[in-house]
Amino acid sequence: MTTDAGTLDTFPKLLMHHARVRGARPAIREKDLGIWQTWTWQHYADEVRALACGLAEQGFRRGEHLALVGDNRPRLYAAICAAQCLGGVPVPLYQDAVATEMAFPIQNAEIAFAFAEDQEQVDKLLEILPQCPTLKRIYYDDPRGMRHYAQPQLMSYDKLLEIGRASLARRPEFLEEEIEKGRASDTAAMFFTSGTTGVPKGVVLTHENLIDRSRAVAEMEALGDHDVVLAFMPPAWIGQNIFSYAQPLVAGYCICCPEAAETVVSDMREVAPTYYFAPPRVFEALLTQVSVRMEDAAALKRWLYRSFMAVAKRVGTRILERRPVSLLDRILYYLGDFLIYAPLRNVLGMSKVRIAYTGGEAIGPDLFSFYRSLGINLKQLYGSTETSVFVCVQPDGQVKSDTVGPAVKGVELKFTPQRELLIRSPGLFKEYYKNPQATREAKDAEGWFHTGDAGYVDQDGHVRIIDRAKDVGKLADGTLFAPKYLENKLKFFPYLKEAVAFGDKRERVCAFINIDMEAVADWAERRNIAFSGYTDLAQQDPVYELVAQCLEQVNADLAREPELANSQIHRFLILHKELEADDGELTRTRKVRRGFIAEKYGSLVEAMFQGRNSVHVEAQVKYEDGRSATFAAELKIRDAKTFAPAAARRAA
Amino acid sequence: MSSARRIGDVILAVDGVSLAFGGVRALQGVSFDVREHEVRAIIGPNGAGKSSMLNVLNGVYHPQEGKISFRSYEFRDMDSRRAAKLGIARTFQNIALFKGMTVLDNLMTGRNLKMRCNFLQQALWMGPARREELAHRKAVEEIIDFLEIQHIRRTPVGRLPYGLQKRVELGRALAAEPAVLLLDEPMAGMNLEEKQDMCRFVLDVNDHYGTTIVLIEHDMGVVMDISDRVLVLDYGRKLADGTPDEVRGDQKVIDAYLGVAH
Repeated sequence: MTTDAGTLDTFPKLLMHHARVRGARPAIREKDLGIWQTWTWQHYADEVRALACGLAEQGFRRGEHLALVGDNRPRLYAAICAAQCLGGVPVPLYQDAVATEMAFPIQNAEIAFAFAEDQEQVDKLLEILPQCPTLKRIYYDDPRGMRHYAQPQLMSYDKLLEIGRASLARRPEFLEEEIEKGRASDTAAMFFTSGTTGVPKGVVLTHENLIDRSRAVAEMEALGDHDVVLAFMPPAWIGQNIFSYAQPLVAGYCICCPEAAETVVSDMREVAPTYYFAPPRVFEALLTQVSVRMEDAAALKRWLYRSFMAVAKRVGTRILERRPVSLLDRILYYLGDFLIYAPLRNVLGMSKVRIAYTGGEAIGPDLFSFYRSLGINLKQLYGSTETSVFVCVQPDGQVKSDTVGPAVKGVELKFTPQRELLIRSPGLFKEYYKNPQATREAKDAEGWFHTGDAGYVDQDGHVRIIDRAKDVGKLADGTLFAPKYLENKLKFFPYLKEAVAFGDKRERVCAFINIDMEAVADWAERRNIAFSGYTDLAQQDPVYELVAQCLEQVNADLAREPELANSQIHRFLILHKELEADDGELTRTRKVRRGFIAEKYGSLVEAMFQGRNSVHVEAQVKYEDGRSATFAAELKIRDAKTFAPAAARRAA
Repeated sequence: MSSARRIGDVILAVDGVSLAFGGVRALQGVSFDVREHEVRAIIGPNGAGKSSMLNVLNGVYHPQEGKISFRSYEFRDMDSRRAAKLGIARTFQNIALFKGMTVLDNLMTGRNLKMRCNFLQQALWMGPARREELAHRKAVEEIIDFLEIQHIRRTPVGRLPYGLQKRVELGRALAAEPAVLLLDEPMAGMNLEEKQDMCRFVLDVNDHYGTTIVLIEHDMGVVMDISDRVLVLDYGRKLADGTPDEVRGDQKVIDAYLGVAH
């Protein structure tokens, strides 16, 4: 039987299709014991069949939820598809979440079945067992350390597979029938949004939602089975799930799972992906690594790097976009490509990248053009869990650093008078699980989804997002205050890791800074500055000076933009600790939870605005082993140099 | 925890061992035994003879008196090559790795005794030599996976931080698939987190491979947590021997560690 993949409406049907038409092609690769092991589409399908039968034998029913906790592994993706074969709903959870965070989704969806990668995840699930009485089965993949666990809920993945194989041999037609029962309108998966505020919500997405959006972009970018993706972000993040589950099943490309979290960089080099997606912070971290290593390089290499990066900055983007460039610049760029850019792309593992996306957050324009000037086709996209990611994507040749591109085929956009972006799309989620009130608030009667993002469409039809609608504020004099915009500018400096700007309804802007430990420690070592740890380093005068210099540059930039000249950052302090997701200061996708931070560190914020030169802070510090201690210190507050708008124009 | 592991018969025993360097009597008539699959700790103040005891066990030092028995064999003293062949591996207090070689190569040296092919075969890397190396590489990769050091596989050891070097050294000792593993202060100089990691690896090794472990350690907390039995030495003599609880309550041990009023 030959069917066109374009008519298949559920993921299990798509998987069986690929097993038929490209059974011997690689579907998933995983580096295990130092060697890349390949699952072909045929193997993938066989594994899913057996696993689904095993789950059915264990009493997994249509509409039932399967929680999944683990890193990107072929078996995790097989488990997702197995649940879908039976009409079940996979619920991926963040593998780095602490046990208590996992309790809510499991209670909320009354989950009975769970898949855990290893002992660490099993321990977390066992810990919350008393609060989650519905949980009756936990399947674990890696048996290491599990020998002495006697809990009746536990069963190994291998055992489940064995049960499934026996069942499959007994009644081979059962599963085919179950897969055929699947409808496009069935729920395909549920993702819990971390949310920068409030309780997590389960976003319910159907097969149709995910497949339609994956297909639209796969067609736009001509994705096919020659493409390769490295899966290194948490599978519980919709972005990773689209790129390593939904879209490969639509387009038939191969995904690669790194050996361990620490080996991503070298695995990326080995795999050389052609299609790449990462949030801005990953690009930031890569750039920091490059900058730190260049600082340590010999003088000649440093000089070459600086000179040619200047050439790239001037003409690289134009060359990538095939716009006219003078002959001399072209020659210089090709020389630079030979000496610097190509080796750098190779080190970054991006030699073969055909399409790279960033999204999930705004990316700093300098960061964005850094990658593009190296000849990497980095583009922006816009979307969220509720929209199955793809709302706007920049097509080749229409890339701008300050927009997220025009709407993808099938998406309708409009704006409220308050500039909030509304979306209608086939990818729009069905509902928030068991939360009709939140669903009504987010999706109105006509099916428009309220994104909460403020923006507008520019003259080329590209959407420009300014900030979260609720974060955009006004300074006391009435001028625009867009904190995210300022923070992104700050975060471009390798020395600064996080920043939180305050200024709504205030006279001027102040900011909290987190230094980047790796970059600043390296900087300090080269200057023979001794320090014992993050807190100590952060409070040293030379470090404050370093940060003040970064702020000065940002302020000089801001002074040139008439609308934002008043948003120059007047004062700052370096926080005594790094902002952490475990302390609730960042979301699991590492976005700043502004409201929470403003409240938690309220006294620090006030001290900055009151013009004091230092502030006393006392904090509970929680160590990784669970012990806690009280920490007290005087945090310094410093002024940053600001510019009058006109003066800056003269200087520039 | 210890109930979950199956502790067997005595695998290694020393009987009345005395060792002197000229006039310095490092060990004086010490007897103790190690049972199969247990974690056995040797503790004591500086200069108590802990490292000397470990060196006697794997044949670096040759005692003047006493005897050593391993399984059914009995020796007047051990020599290092024989110790290795019998399946006794060790790590050192001041890391003894090849600093210029990668982690992978360092671990491969741990397989040295198990390589059967001759020089010529290995140089040509044909048939049996190739198969042999692939098999050894597989064993080493399993250890890399076990100790979670995949990301430093190709890094020269000299460039690694201290805590990781310690882990690599444990890996090299494991590569020999030892029956008994001697660890000389595996946690010295580590921070709290590294110590916890190391404890977990030591217990995992003991549990997963069933390796008998003899370890010397200064950190009393660590010792009491992970050992089945503890031997206490002081000035080359045996001061106490028993379970962590027995040793902790022993008055002589308390005096030796905390000092005693005269």
